[in-house]
Amino acid sequence: MMFFLETVISGLMAGVMYSLVALGFVLIFKASGVFNFAQGVFALFAGLALYDFISMDGWFYELFGFALPVWLGIIATMGVMVIVAWLVELLVLRHLVNQEPIILFMSTIGLAYFLEGLGDILFGSDVKPLDVGLPSGASDYLLDNYNFYVEKLEVVAALIAAALVIVLAIFFQKTRIGRALRAVADDHQAALSVGISLRMIWVVVWSVSGFVALVAGIMWGSKSGVQFSLSLIALKALPVLILGGFTSVPGAIIGGLIIGVGEKVAEIYAGPFIGGAIENWFAYMLALAFLLVRPQGLFGEKIIERV
Amino acid sequence: MSTTAKTVEDTAGAPEGAGTLLAVNNIEVIYDHVILVLKGVSLEVPKGGVVAILGANGAGKTTTLKAISNLLHAERGEVTKGSIIYNGDKIESLSPNELVKRGVVQVMEGRHCFEHLTIEENLMTGAFTRSDGNAAINESLEKVYNYFPRLRERRTSQAGYTSGGEQQMCAIGRALMSNPKMILLDEPSMGLAPQLVEEIFEIVSQLNKREGVSILLAEQNTNIALRYAEYGYILENGRVVMDGPASSLRENEDVKEFYLGISTAGRKSFRDVKHYRRRKRWLG
Repeated sequence: MMFFLETVISGLMAGVMYSLVALGFVLIFKASGVFNFAQGVFALFAGLALYDFISMDGWFYELFGFALPVWLGIIATMGVMVIVAWLVELLVLRHLVNQEPIILFMSTIGLAYFLEGLGDILFGSDVKPLDVGLPSGASDYLLDNYNFYVEKLEVVAALIAAALVIVLAIFFQKTRIGRALRAVADDHQAALSVGISLRMIWVVVWSVSGFVALVAGIMWGSKSGVQFSLSLIALKALPVLILGGFTSVPGAIIGGLIIGVGEKVAEIYAGPFIGGAIENWFAYMLALAFLLVRPQGLFGEKIIERV
Repeated sequence: MSTTAKTVEDTAGAPEGAGTLLAVNNIEVIYDHVILVLKGVSLEVPKGGVVAILGANGAGKTTTLKAISNLLHAERGEVTKGSIIYNGDKIESLSPNELVKRGVVQVMEGRHCFEHLTIEENLMTGAFTRSDGNAAINESLEKVYNYFPRLRERRTSQAGYTSGGEQQMCAIGRALMSNPKMILLDEPSMGLAPQLVEEIFEIVSQLNKREGVSILLAEQNTNIALRYAEYGYILENGRVVMDGPASSLRENEDVKEFYLGISTAGRKSFRDVKHYRRRKRWLG
């Protein structure tokens, strides 16, 4: 029983990490109808930039002779992500207004490869151990008293994800900009016609998702180092989104948790019967089954059709 | 057929008096760098006036409105010749955002409400460009609800689930929330029952009279448009072929024949009409 619980908990925690990436997708998809394939690369890029700011072997240290403290590094990285968002709007989105979603999607694939290459050139391709002072290792308290193994980092990640979701929910539902974001998601043209500036909205939303990517980058970076395989977690976010719904912030979280737990439990309990390695494809199978039964996902907006 | 298009133009002239709010001078619009849609359209809207642009499908009504509100840009269209003067300023190169701030707002054809937002949220998005505080915005909201009591009843429903008439009201109300001086109203009658069309036109006319909002209206429904407008322009193939005060357009034989479906000379064969129309266009 204890073992089962441990499996579930570690699944939940892995799920939180997926959720963090999926969140970034949801934000951009909601506001601009674009499926941003580059979200995983965003997380990678943010991680790389942060590492550069706060470590002794980056550009920043070479140029200025000192490294930034962690909190300042995070702020500076956020600045970098805002600049990236602004450039994406200026160089890509602005020219693709009113194009088919598939064209926008393809442009984000291009963006993903571009950013990945840029990250490689600027920061190098070796694995970088990111240490921003988050706790690591097992929680001693739980291990000593209950003989229960939980990673501290994963608990922190869960708390941060929860806080992030609450903040985002308030932002979307209650603020003027949030309302405008949802309006843009529904109908670009109409949003233009009431005077909502699409450019401003896009920069805002790509910056916000850049921020989410930064959080994801920090978490993944602390867990397994900043490395280029980080951009591939974007692929794991895809089934999460199909499960939770492309337009729902809570959906991204719940979807991530279900996938995380499902993977781990399936691997451990069903794995031995078919030779293991279920973890790698379980998420995709689940997503496929969901597409057949409930294509809009658990919490996705139903497509409204008047008849 | 004594009155021709030419004489109506000559005798009537553009409306004068209260001062011109909007003047469109001989604009040409090209989509995608190749498709010429407007071939020199000129029109004027006086302060506080209701002006109608009439014409069949594809005549260029919507394009004219979008040229003014500059929604053209997002559809890869551009104004290549001529000028648009609003309140004394050239506005062809301003963004829709800037135009709404200055008081020009378009209600698009086919409503275009934000489906997943509630009616009230829809209305609130209309106030996006305003910076005069929550109190003033809530006052506007109250005003919109007074003009459209039905919207108050449906304020918490998702717009996608409301009826066509309610969506049209929502679209007009949303435009009102920006505190406009001029509303560009594109085909408000589209897909609505005649009684609803009447109701909406009545409210629009009230808005014009009480709030002093100028209205430029594009309509296929010539009959109702000429009853509520003061002045009308008839567009055909991207050109203004006739214009005049609504009352004289209503009496004009050609307008009666082609747009109102009333003929004094009894039934004619369609072939004659077509021929007549073609000849007319050459002469006009």
